[in-house]
Amino acid sequence: MEKTIFFKLNGESTQMTVEEDRMLLWVLRTELGLTGAKYGCGEGFCGACTVLVNNEPVRSCQFPMKDVGGKEVLTIEGLAKNGELHLLQRAFMAHDALQCGFCTSGMILTAYSLFLKNPQPTRKEIMETLEDHLCRCGAHTRIIDAIQTTAELKSEETR
Amino acid sequence: MSNENSTINQIENQSVPCQVKERKEPHAVVSRREFLKLLGGGILICMSPESILALQERGRQFGREEPLDFNAYLHIAEDGRVSCFTGKIEMGQGIYTSLAQMLAEELEVPLGSVKMVMGDTDLCPWDMGTFGSRSTKYFGPVLRQAAAEAREVLIQLASEHLRLPQDRLEAHDGFVLDKNNPDNKVSYASLTKGKKIEKNLEGKPPLKPMSDYEICGEPYERMDAREKVTGRAEFAGDIRLPDMLYAKILRPPAHRARLKGVDVSAAQAMKDVKVVQDSDLIAALHPTPDGAEKALGKITAQFDVPDEKLDNQNIFEHLVNAAPEGNLVDQKGDLDKGRSLASDTFEATYLNKYVAHAPLEPHTALAKVEGDKATLWVSTQRPFGDKDTVAQALGIPAENVRVITPFVGGGFGGKNQNQQAVEAAKLAKLAGRPVQVAWTRKEEFFYDTFQPAAVIKIKSGLDKQGKIVFWDYMIYHAGERTSQVFYDIPHHRVFIRGGWGRGASDAHPFSVGAWRGPGSNTNTYARESHIDIMAAKAGINPLEFRLRHLEGNPRMKRLLEAAAEKFNRKFEKAPSGRGFGISCVDYLNTYVATMAEVEVDKRTGKIQVTRVVCAQDMGEVINPEGARIQIDSCVTMGLGYTLSEEIHFKGGQVLDTNFDTYELPRFSWVPKIEAVLVQNPDLPPQGCGEPAITNMGSVVANAVYDAIGIRMFELPMNPERVRKAIEQA
Repeated sequence: MEKTIFFKLNGESTQMTVEEDRMLLWVLRTELGLTGAKYGCGEGFCGACTVLVNNEPVRSCQFPMKDVGGKEVLTIEGLAKNGELHLLQRAFMAHDALQCGFCTSGMILTAYSLFLKNPQPTRKEIMETLEDHLCRCGAHTRIIDAIQTTAELKSEETR
Repeated sequence: MSNENSTINQIENQSVPCQVKERKEPHAVVSRREFLKLLGGGILICMSPESILALQERGRQFGREEPLDFNAYLHIAEDGRVSCFTGKIEMGQGIYTSLAQMLAEELEVPLGSVKMVMGDTDLCPWDMGTFGSRSTKYFGPVLRQAAAEAREVLIQLASEHLRLPQDRLEAHDGFVLDKNNPDNKVSYASLTKGKKIEKNLEGKPPLKPMSDYEICGEPYERMDAREKVTGRAEFAGDIRLPDMLYAKILRPPAHRARLKGVDVSAAQAMKDVKVVQDSDLIAALHPTPDGAEKALGKITAQFDVPDEKLDNQNIFEHLVNAAPEGNLVDQKGDLDKGRSLASDTFEATYLNKYVAHAPLEPHTALAKVEGDKATLWVSTQRPFGDKDTVAQALGIPAENVRVITPFVGGGFGGKNQNQQAVEAAKLAKLAGRPVQVAWTRKEEFFYDTFQPAAVIKIKSGLDKQGKIVFWDYMIYHAGERTSQVFYDIPHHRVFIRGGWGRGASDAHPFSVGAWRGPGSNTNTYARESHIDIMAAKAGINPLEFRLRHLEGNPRMKRLLEAAAEKFNRKFEKAPSGRGFGISCVDYLNTYVATMAEVEVDKRTGKIQVTRVVCAQDMGEVINPEGARIQIDSCVTMGLGYTLSEEIHFKGGQVLDTNFDTYELPRFSWVPKIEAVLVQNPDLPPQGCGEPAITNMGSVVANAVYDAIGIRMFELPMNPERVRKAIEQA
C-alpha cells in the first residue's frame, strides 16, 4: 500500500509517498539518489547495505519503509559535516582500511554507531561488533586498526 | 640527448604519421589520430606492444615473460596536467594509486597532479585485462620508462627555453630547473603550451634509481580513499541515466535446464512493468530494482531439468575418470631409476572443491543502446573483452561499442567473464531505454566461473638418507601453475590433465575459471602437504627438510630462513603438538614462504589460525605498504578456501545461494599477520596480488598435522571434515 512517510534523512526532514513494504535500500538508491549503501546479498548477511536508523545499524535491504516513519536515517553520505570528514573516515583513509570499497560504508556506519554507545571499545569489542560485516578483499586487520585508532584519538580529544 | 638524434616528432597541422601498426583485430582501438584530436596539444608518449618488444630486443628487461598484451598513453596537456590512459581497472588492488605513484616519481611531478583514466574503451588503448598480478610487474616498468622519456622531452624543451645545455638541467616537482641556480626554472605547463609532440616509447633515458625515490614506497593515501569513505565512489550499479530501467531476468533452476513454458501475463499487467523477451532471455523491467524483482516473481515458468547424478560428493571420481588426455609439464631424470633408489615410498591424493569468487559487488552492467551504438558501464576486469562480446551479441561493429569501467567492487578473476553486459545490452535494445542488470547474490553464485574442483595424485620416495629421490605428480583439472619442481629432486615428472583456462575440461558441471592464484592454491596445497608427510616420516623437522632440498635454490632457502627468523619458534619433528606449519611457493617468480600457528578444537573440529608470518621476495619492491596490504589480503581471503568455502551442488543446481551456507572469512578468523619483505633489488618488480594466497591451504594443513597428528587431504578443512578425520584416525 502506498503511504506518505515522514522521516529525517541525514538531518533533513523528508517526506515520501511510497509502497510501505518497499525496502529502504532501494528507495535510498533509486528515488533518493543515495548510492553509498550497497546491495551485496539482499538477505542481511553481508552488511554492505548498512545504514543507521535512530543511531542503530540496520540492514537496509531488510528494513521496510513503513518502519522508517518518524525516525532518523543516517547514510554514509551524511556522516561528513560541512565537507569535514568524520574522524572514522579519516582513519579508514590513513590505515588503508579499504580496498574495493564496497563494504566500506557499512563498516564505517556500524563503527560510528558503536562509538555512540561505547566511546572506548576494546579491540575485541570492535571485532565482535563487525563480525557480521563481510569484506572479501581481506582488509579486516586494517579496518580494526582504523577503528581502534579513532577510539584512541577520541579519548585524547576528550581528555 | 643531442638534437641530431632527437626522435621527437613535431607535428603541426599535418596528418599524424601513423607509427603504430593499426591493429586489425576486432579490438581495434580509437585511432591515435582521433585520440590526439580529443586531447588537444601537449606531449604524448605511446606505449604499445611493438614499442615494448623493441625495448626487450634492446635488452632492457621487463620481466621474464613477454607481456605483449597492453597499450597505454601518457599525456602531458598544454596546461601541465598529467594523465595516463590505460585499459587496466581498479578493483581494490590499488593500482589506481600505485601506477600514479610510479608515473609521478619518474616524471617528477606531485602525485596529486596525475590523473589515471582507466578501463574506458573509447579513451584508453586496447588492453587484455586486469588479472594475474601483472599490472605492476609488466605495466609498471613500461610506464616508468614512458614517464622518463616524457621527462627527457621536457628537459630538451627547457634547454631551448632557458638557453642552457641539457646537462645543466634537472626536473623536479613539475618544473625543469638550472642545477646551478634553482630559481631559474620553467614549469611543465609553460613548456607544453602550444606544443604537439608525439613519440613512441624508446627506452633510452635511464630510470631513476630506487635510492632517489620520493613518492614510490612512501605511505601515500589511496587516491580513491576519499571517494570510498564518503560513499561517492561510483560502481557500475551506482550510475544513473534518464529514463533507465532495472531488469530482473528469468533464470533456470539448474544449469542445462530447458525452458518448457512461460506465462508473463500477470507480470505484464503490473503498473510500470515491461516484460521483454529475446528467445530464452526473458526479463521484467521496472523503474526501480525492487519493482523489477517483484514483477519477476509474477512470471511463472516450467523447465525441463535433466536428471544428473553428479554432486559435490561424487565429483572427484567423475573428474578423474573424465579428465582430458593431458601433457607433460616438467621432467627430469628417470622415474624408474628414482623408484629403485627409494627405501620409503609415499602415495597420496589431495582434493579441493569448487570455490566461488564471491566479490561483494555482484556482476553489474548498465547499457544504453542508440541505433547501432552502445555504451555500457560494467563491473569488469576485461573492458575490451566485453566490448567485443557485446558487439557480437548486438551484431554491430566493435568500434560502435564503448565500455566504461567505474570502480569495481572486487574481482579476483570472477569478472573476466561478463554475461551481464550482454544481457543489459540486449535488454536495452529491446526496451529502447537504458537498462541496468545487477545480479542478485543467488545469480552471482549460479553463474560464477568457479575455481575448479581438482585432484592431485602424488607418488614419491625417500632414500635411506632422507633425500627425496623421485616425485611423480599428476594433476587433474587444477591447472599447471606452480606445479613445477623447485626442490632438489633428481628424478621427477609433472603431468597435467585439465586446467582452469581456455583448455578447461567440459567434465565440469558448470563454468570454471581463474580464481586468485589460479591452479596454484591446489598445487601448493598438495605439494607442500606431501613434502611435510615425507619430512615427518624421515624424522626431520619440516623446515630443515625443506632447506636440505633447496641447495640448488638459494633464493628460496634465503627466504625460508628470513621467514623462520621472524617466526622465531623452533620447528620440531611433526607432530609436535604445537600447531606450527610451513609452506613455500615460487609463484611466477615471486617467492613466498609462510609459517603459521593454529589451534584445533578436537571436539568441534574448528581450526583457529592465530598467527601467520609471510615472507615474500618479489624482486624490487616499489611500494612496500601496498605489498603488505596485498599480503594481508591474501592471508585473510585464503582462510576461506582453506577452512570453509566450497560450492554445494546437485546436478546443474547450485545449492549455495547466499552467505549463510557459503561462508566467507570473518573478523574473528583473522590471525595476527606479519609480513616480511625480503629485498631483492636486482630483480625487476614481480607480481604481488596473488602469490601469498597460494600457501594458505598447505600452511594450515601442515600446522593442523603438527597440532593433532591428523593429515587433512581435502580442502576446505571445515569443522565437520576435521571431526570426521579425527574419528577415523
